[in-house]
Amino acid sequence: MIEILQTLDLTPFILSFKLAGLTTIILFILGMPLAWYLSQTKSKSKPVLEAITALPIVLPPSVLGFYILWALSINSPIGAFFEETFGVKLVFNFTGLVIASCFYSLPFMVQPLQSGFESINKNMLEASYISGKSKFKTIIKVALPNIKPAVITAVIVTFAHTVGEFGVVLMVGGSIPGETKVASVAIYEFVEIMDYESAHVYSGIMVSISFVVLLSVYIFNAKHNKKIGSFS
Amino acid sequence: MIKIDINKKLHGASGDMNLSVSLSVKDNEFVALSGKSGSGKTTLLRILAGLEESDGVIEVDGEVWQNSKRSLSPQKRRIGFVFQDYALFPNMSVLENLLYVVKDRNLAERLLEITELRELRNRLPNTLSGGQKQRVSLCRAMMNRPKLLLMDEPLSALDSEMRMKLQREIKVLHEEFGTTTIMVSHDASEIYRLASRVVVLDVGKVINDGTPKDVLLKTSGSQKFSFEGELLDIVKVDVIYIAIISIAQQLVEVVVSSEESKQLIIGQKVSVSTKAFTPIINQ
Repeated sequence: MIEILQTLDLTPFILSFKLAGLTTIILFILGMPLAWYLSQTKSKSKPVLEAITALPIVLPPSVLGFYILWALSINSPIGAFFEETFGVKLVFNFTGLVIASCFYSLPFMVQPLQSGFESINKNMLEASYISGKSKFKTIIKVALPNIKPAVITAVIVTFAHTVGEFGVVLMVGGSIPGETKVASVAIYEFVEIMDYESAHVYSGIMVSISFVVLLSVYIFNAKHNKKIGSFS
Repeated sequence: MIKIDINKKLHGASGDMNLSVSLSVKDNEFVALSGKSGSGKTTLLRILAGLEESDGVIEVDGEVWQNSKRSLSPQKRRIGFVFQDYALFPNMSVLENLLYVVKDRNLAERLLEITELRELRNRLPNTLSGGQKQRVSLCRAMMNRPKLLLMDEPLSALDSEMRMKLQREIKVLHEEFGTTTIMVSHDASEIYRLASRVVVLDVGKVINDGTPKDVLLKTSGSQKFSFEGELLDIVKVDVIYIAIISIAQQLVEVVVSSEESKQLIIGQKVSVSTKAFTPIINQ
């Protein structure tokens, strides 16, 4: 056991967290305007957008993985465009994984932020507009600080969900060590070659990290609600 | 000078109605906006603030806020707005709530002084009472030295003692800054104390416009007093009928004749008045 811990190859974990970190940052920047729009709009197209956003929750990762794989490959216009224009391949490498993860984890960023924005007292936002502040400033200074629990939940759940991703990663990235072989894929391979000991260690680490992360989120949320109180 | 001439179709609880208001408000005037709920008072305030769209023209000191071609955003109108539910920013302290609007520390300190909030300047809104929150909200609305101050039933959620205190502070602020003000209110004593003019809306139209005394005093002709109330019940006692009427939280009994009792409908609004305090001699 100790031997295994000493010779433990941490590359899959580092890869997993790098992927999750990048995905979370990109989705926070892209997902926030979408969540804000969905929370404020009265447009009839809102349910359509919401349904599209929620699709990755329902779809089997293999379906999502298949479409992304096809879309990013040289056989599709998108993949061909990137290959021809920038000379970049988008499948079976880390870039492809990040793109795929952004689609896969989109609802986990957008939904908590949207319900956070929706819970804000509209008069409070209007008070900020009347004070002469733009929408952008209102979001940054008034909306986000008052929905910290929703922001933290969105960020952590997106991060955690990306770390826990398996099907999409396998479809789009395969299992190239140091490039696309993330922790979940590594565990799958240990089981496949019947190296249960390594599988145990890797899985145990994943469970511990996930638990600590989630526990910190819940503790933070409880503290925050006590301090700021309800929004109205 | 503020000129308002607006139109908007509203879909209220009691069906569609057309909010159609044409008003002009003088500088420094304090206008109370009164009327039944659903008569369009809040919508009118929101239209003035640019929070809701409408057809028509709004002009303030010669500057066009809205006409058929364009409409200034709420950000550019320079108004103060006091919401019924305070709408303070919970993540900022009292002072930060004020400075968020304009970084004018002197003005903020002065406003907090007038409203006796200086001691509380570093507290978060969540730790304040309703009356304190509304005073912060009032100060915040004054921070950008608004051309027009709009208040939507600012005191209706407070108890009567706190109301009186805030009424005094609103009066002091109005005297000191001379801001043209429109306030939605149902409370006759509040209107009488604060406003120099009352505009009464009903189903989207102005039905009364004048000084508080002219509009609010219910007596007409030689009546000595007159109260409005709701007819709760008519009871027959021997040969007479007694109407039970609720007037401002109190029940009174009034003797009515059998003919009168037939004309009255239970639940309707009635007015109770008397003239016979002094004998009248007719030749």
